[in-house]
Order: sequence, then structure tokens, then C-alpha cells
Amino acid sequence: MTAALRAQGRTGRDESSASARLLIGGAAIGLCVAIFLSLSIGATGITLASLPRVLSAMFTGRYEADVAREQLVLIDIRLPRMLLGMFVGASLAVAGAMMQGMFRNPLADPGLIGVSSGAALAAVATIALGNSLAAPWIKTFGAYALPMAAFVGGIATTMILVSIVSRQGQMAVSTLLLAGVALAALNGALMGLIAYSSDDRELRDLTLWMLGSLSGASWPKVFAIIPFALLVALVLPRLIRGLNGLLLGEAEAFHLGIDVERTKRAIVLVTSAAVGAAVAVSGILGFVGIVVPHLVRLLAGPDHRIVLPASALMGATLVLAADILARMLLRPAELPLGVVMAILGAPVFLHMVVKRGMAGG
Amino acid sequence: MHAFGTRAVFALTLLTGATVSMLPAAAAGVTVVDGGGRSVAVGDATRILSIGGDVTEILYALGAGDRVVGVDTTSQFPPEVLKEKKSVGYMRALSSEGVISVGATVVLASEASGPPEVVKTLKASSVPYVEVTDKSSAEAIVSKVRLVAKIVGAEAEGEKLVQKVMDDFKVLADWRAKVGRPLRALFVLAVQNGRVMVGGQNTSADAMLKLAGAKNVADDVTGFRPLPDEAIVALAPDVIVAMRRSSDKDGHDLSQLSELKGVQSTPAGIAKRIIMVDGLYTLGFGPRAPAAARDLMAKFYPEVIGPDLIGKAGSAPQ
Repeated sequence: MTAALRAQGRTGRDESSASARLLIGGAAIGLCVAIFLSLSIGATGITLASLPRVLSAMFTGRYEADVAREQLVLIDIRLPRMLLGMFVGASLAVAGAMMQGMFRNPLADPGLIGVSSGAALAAVATIALGNSLAAPWIKTFGAYALPMAAFVGGIATTMILVSIVSRQGQMAVSTLLLAGVALAALNGALMGLIAYSSDDRELRDLTLWMLGSLSGASWPKVFAIIPFALLVALVLPRLIRGLNGLLLGEAEAFHLGIDVERTKRAIVLVTSAAVGAAVAVSGILGFVGIVVPHLVRLLAGPDHRIVLPASALMGATLVLAADILARMLLRPAELPLGVVMAILGAPVFLHMVVKRGMAGG
Repeated sequence: MHAFGTRAVFALTLLTGATVSMLPAAAAGVTVVDGGGRSVAVGDATRILSIGGDVTEILYALGAGDRVVGVDTTSQFPPEVLKEKKSVGYMRALSSEGVISVGATVVLASEASGPPEVVKTLKASSVPYVEVTDKSSAEAIVSKVRLVAKIVGAEAEGEKLVQKVMDDFKVLADWRAKVGRPLRALFVLAVQNGRVMVGGQNTSADAMLKLAGAKNVADDVTGFRPLPDEAIVALAPDVIVAMRRSSDKDGHDLSQLSELKGVQSTPAGIAKRIIMVDGLYTLGFGPRAPAAARDLMAKFYPEVIGPDLIGKAGSAPQ
């Protein structure tokens, strides 16, 4: 780390590193609680107390009457749902934090690089054109046609955006921002066109998908996202220095010896992979990416060594907590996850922002 | 026995549940080929989760209503169902664990149920999951009734119901033969922001208009589509059939529709021929579909189908 940052870090270091440790520790404990609750609460009333029985039945192959049902609920429904929830929450929060760092704007989110709108467009097309144009696609991928399409659509849009913007060999952030807005508008228009030409049942499916849900969680989906989780986990630590450098400005980062172009490219790539996979799994969840990194910065400052891991932990916790409520409030029916999350999170966020403002922060 | 008599028996069944106890306690182990073409073994049909308004209706019509432990939100007939039974939510947004938590021994679900991943999980679970076709035709109703009847072990009642449905469709066909010039009809699903959502080709609304001996003027479009005012004028329907929401007590839906300029200038608007119908009754394609078509037809062609004929056929509870 450079002298400038070191000097910056030294002022009030004791205070900030103590609160950072507290934050990460608290977030980790929170996540553990959320994981435990997410596995033990559900409409069937089956709890983790059944787990030993299920595991022994799985190893011995001897099933008593109720164990098959308990195994289905714990191992095939709740466990993949919990894992996907963690991945989605962590990915979206980290992606949001990276976007805000790169654009140096607290309102930036992955939508700006087209990945959300591209994923949404592809998903909408799959839902609405399932009987006509998209039929071969659905035939090939079956129940996974929709998540596959969302993922491909998200990544493809980001790639198109990057190739448009970096024609002169470098990617100007302001151009990226504007081109991203234009591309999102185009995707939105195409979505509108498809929505216009779809029938009422397809429209209901579209609306429900847009509100986000983890109800389609399954093991194949978990296996499918493992590469993306690994990619994010491996690349993220290498981006921290670059992101902290970019906080000062691109020229300053360059003078600190950071390869700015490479960093930006890597950020865009990792973000689109993480968000593409998350959207594919859960539909659109708009709230996590902006709110979680904000909360972290409010509590522990802008250092990405803290912001990224704390965002991942808190994002995962938030999604798990919201998902528990989504499936319990109206059980045996289920509420859309995005709705629960916004209702749960928005007032808390508002409260924190206002409180900070009053305190003169 | 004519339709009216059968219907009286069904009405009695619904009211008192008298014939319920006459059904065998459980059809011990039947294997059925479901609407999706899968072969499903159903061991015990004493606790049924019914997903889809038409499926629930058939179960009640067969006297198996007391075996239903859960339904979805489209199951709105008989009206008390949603109040008495557990609801697993909207049929296109099911939750795997929610469905399992109802503790049903068999799930009877419309093919329209979703999301697909959840349906996949449920098919893989140990509880038999039977798909019921969601096509809108007389044949589909018959195959739905036979499938459900076989599962609940009420095949005799099922055949009676099938016979009645087919008789009713036969009456409808006879009536249609008497109609000289078919009316030009438009089905309106909803009015939003002054735009009218109409039923085009390949919709249950289209099938119902045709059953009732009318020509669907919106069959240039496919599915339910919003149309602007001007397009309604151009379609020039003689009669408009519009869906009344169950929450609509004060005729708000009708006034919203009849106040549209485009609607007012059509032959239907001028003659004030706007017929409000119940959604599930008319578009559900359950066992009441022929009655729904007949109700429509009686309103379309009062001069052909005189009050004597209508009285003879009776009318199903709405």
C-alpha cells in the first residue's frame, strides 16, 4: 500500500480498525444465526433436530417412514435454498460495492453495466416466447432454461457494452455510465415490447420473476453457481488495492502504480459474472447492492478491505433473513423475496441514513 | 335422467355432503396416466391438495370435497373452499416446502402450475403429483373428470358427471344449429387505464364464445391482448361479454367499460348489450362450462332459445 493511503489510514486507525473488526465479527455471527434459522424454519415444521436421522438414513440406506420426507425438505429444498440465498446476497452486495467504488458514486449499482437489464430481457423473452421462438432453447435446458437465459443475457449485454465503450483501447468511466444507461433503456424497451405481446398468464409469470424469489432452488443450480462463487472469491482480494486506489481518482490511482484499465476491466467482468449468476438463480433483487455496501461504509468507512468482506457477509444475512420471512409469513404460500426485502430493509436503511445525517456525519 | 335432475342431486351433494360417505374410503392403489402423459401410482387419496380452480370444482362435484386439505387461490368454487381449506398461494408461484407442509397424500395440479423448478421438485417427492390438463375444450373437461374420478375412487360418479357434461354439450350443439347468423361477440377480460384487454384466439374466452354460438370478433389477435378504443370500434361487436371480478359488488366494472367512447359507439354499446360474467364459471372449463355456455347463449339469442328451453336446462349455481 502506498504512502498516501497509509497516511490516510493512520489518522484514527485505532478507532476505525476496532469498529471494522466489530462489524465483521458481528456480521459473521449474524450470518451463522441466519444460516441456522434458514435450515430449521419452514412450512412443514421440520427442524434441524431431524438432521441426524436423515444423515444416518442417507449413509445406511435404511429409511423409516417419515425420514424420506424430512430428507426431501432438509437436504433437497432448504439446503440448496440456503446456499443459493447466501450466494445471491453476497454476490449482489459485493457487486454493488465494486460498482460504487469504480464509478465513485454511492448510487451506482450493477444495473449500470447492463448486466441486470440484459438478464431480465433474456428471462422475459424466455418466459413470453416459450411456445414459439424460444421453444428449442426450453426443450434443451428444461426447467433450467430461464436461469441459463438470464445468465447468458446478463453477461452478453455487459460484453457488448464493454466492447462499445473501449474502442479506443481504454474504458472511460463516464462513457461507460452513459452507454450503460442507453443500453439499459434499449433493453427496457425490448422487454416492454415482449410484455406487450404476451398473454395474461405470461405477464403474471414476468411480474413474479421480476419480484425475485428463491423458490426454484435446487442442487443443479447450486453446482452451476460454484464456479462463479470461486471466481469471485479468488479475484476479489486482488481487486481491493485497485478499488482503494480508484477511490482517490483514476489519475491518482495510476500514479500509485495501479493498472487502472486492467482493474476496471476485472471489476466489470467479476461483477457481471456474479450478478448474472445471482439474477439467474433468484430473479431481480434490486435492494441489496445499494443498501448493504452503504450500511457498511456508514459503520466502518470506505476501505475496501473491510467493505468487500463485510458487504458479502451482510448481503448474505439480509437475503437469508428476508427469505425466511418470505416463506413463513403466508405459509404454506410464499411472498416474493424482493418485496419482503424492501419492506424489511428500506425503513432500517432510512433510519440509519437520517440518524447519521442528524449526527452531522 | 335429464340434466336438471342430475344437477339437483349435485346441488344436494354440495349442500349436505350426503353422498360423501357412500364413496369408498380410499381407492387402494390406482395407477393413472396424467395430463402430462406420466404414469403416476396413487396409493391413498384421502388427503388431497388441489391446485387449479377447475380441479377443485371437479373434486367437489364428485363429492370428494371433504378429502381436500389444501387448495390454491384460483379455487374459488364452491365459494367456501378458500375460507375452509389451507391455501398454498397462487398456482403459478408455488413453494416446494409449502406444498409439502400441507401433508397431502396426493397432489392434483393443473398443468398451468409453476414455477417449473418447484413442479420438478414436487414430481420427484414421494407424494404422488398428478398433472391435470388445462386445455379449454369439451374433451379436456371429460378427461379431467375421468382422471380425478379414478384417483378418488368415484368412477361411477365420474361417469355420471361425464354423461351430464356431454349431454349438456349436446344440448348446446342443438341450440347452435338453430342459430341462423352468429352474433359478433367480444370478450373483455379487464379494463385498465381505458385500454380494454380482449380475448383473442387460443384463449378460454374464444372457446367459450364459440361454444355459445357466437363469432369471436377478436380472433385476429392471439391470447389476451390490450386493444385501443379505435380497434374496438373497428371490430364492431354486436355483444360484449366482460369478466366481473369477484370483488366487484357495485357494478363498477360494467360502468367502467360502458363509459369508454370506443365501446359506446359499437353496435353492442348502442344496444347496451354488455353481459357481465363470473371469471371461473365462464373461463374455468370445469364441469360447469356447458352451463356457462348455455347461460351466455340464452342471453345472446333470446329469440331462438325461448324461456321454455332455458327452464328445461336449468342453470348451474354460479
